[in-house]
Amino acid sequence: MQLAVSATQTSTGEAFQFWVLGTVAVIGALCTVLMKKAVHSALCLAGTMIILAVFYLANGAYFLGIVQVVVYTGAIMMLFLFVVMLVGVTAADSLKETIKGQRVWAAVCGIGFGVLLVAGIANANLKHFDGLKQANAGGNVEGLAALIFTKYVFAFEITGALLITSAIGAMVLTHRERTERAKTQRELSEQRVSDGKHLPPLPAPGVYARHNAVDIAGLLPDGTPSELTVNQTLRGRGQIRDVSSEALSDLKALEQRSTERLGREEEAAK
Amino acid sequence: MNPVNYLYLSALLFTIGAAGVLIRRNAIVVFMCVELMLNACNLAFVVFSRMHGNLDGQIIAFFTMVVAAAEVVVGLAIIVSLFRSRHSASVDDASLMKL
Repeated sequence: MQLAVSATQTSTGEAFQFWVLGTVAVIGALCTVLMKKAVHSALCLAGTMIILAVFYLANGAYFLGIVQVVVYTGAIMMLFLFVVMLVGVTAADSLKETIKGQRVWAAVCGIGFGVLLVAGIANANLKHFDGLKQANAGGNVEGLAALIFTKYVFAFEITGALLITSAIGAMVLTHRERTERAKTQRELSEQRVSDGKHLPPLPAPGVYARHNAVDIAGLLPDGTPSELTVNQTLRGRGQIRDVSSEALSDLKALEQRSTERLGREEEAAK
Repeated sequence: MNPVNYLYLSALLFTIGAAGVLIRRNAIVVFMCVELMLNACNLAFVVFSRMHGNLDGQIIAFFTMVVAAAEVVVGLAIIVSLFRSRHSASVDDASLMKL
């Protein structure tokens, strides 16, 4: 890598790395734009950023390569994922265009802009590459530190002020003032009683000799099933199994059979 | 391979990011596209640093990263508070100031 940095013409290894990883980076960027769900976009962007970190390393920016992995893919993308989870993973973009022809014109503008950029680079005089061998001679991190704390020290201090401002700004933006006093435990319990809610623990589901599943409602004294005894989720799905009538019909069938047998025995006795 | 190809890649990534900002309407994805554009610029800075043989380009890229971090913090806070008040992260819904 050290050798490749200094050459005007890169080594074959770096060229191979560029063509393979560059393709993946472009695919990742396209997926960031085109994926419907924000989570997929975020993951594709993280992949592109890691590849960019490899390119920084290949270009002799050893410190920046590591910072790219730690700060961008580590901190910033995690922040993005946090917000995506907060906002809702399932929230997908609606595909309906609100402005007519917006997509087409955006694509046209993008392609035009890209052509302009590429034409500009192609026309620029970029024949000579000095390479970083001399600049990195004393170590990349040492060289950067020497520049930051001498030539760019003012910008560095302003950056510190910017970071503090943004941290306070984020706190102010997401902070929500409580508009009313928090209720005490006593007030909460009094409210529960006055609302007429079910206060004691809910009754247990029914237990039979054949069924002891939670989806079977317990029976009230008059024999009707009580929906309160079944889990709220099952109640909402309508998955309550009612075996009380089943048991009654079983009993009826048993009585029928026994009377038939008794009748036959009586006939035989005659 | 000439290192200029890195610049072409950077221009391509920047273009894709810009098109994404224009096309997408989910505020979070728009924000990610902005990050992509910043990263493409950083790559160009690093390559120019290699071209000129000094570390100034890398310093600028470093400052870009710091500013991007600050920008992400404030931007995501704005998106979260927008989502709290409107229950949507779509940039179309925030049109209160439209005539």
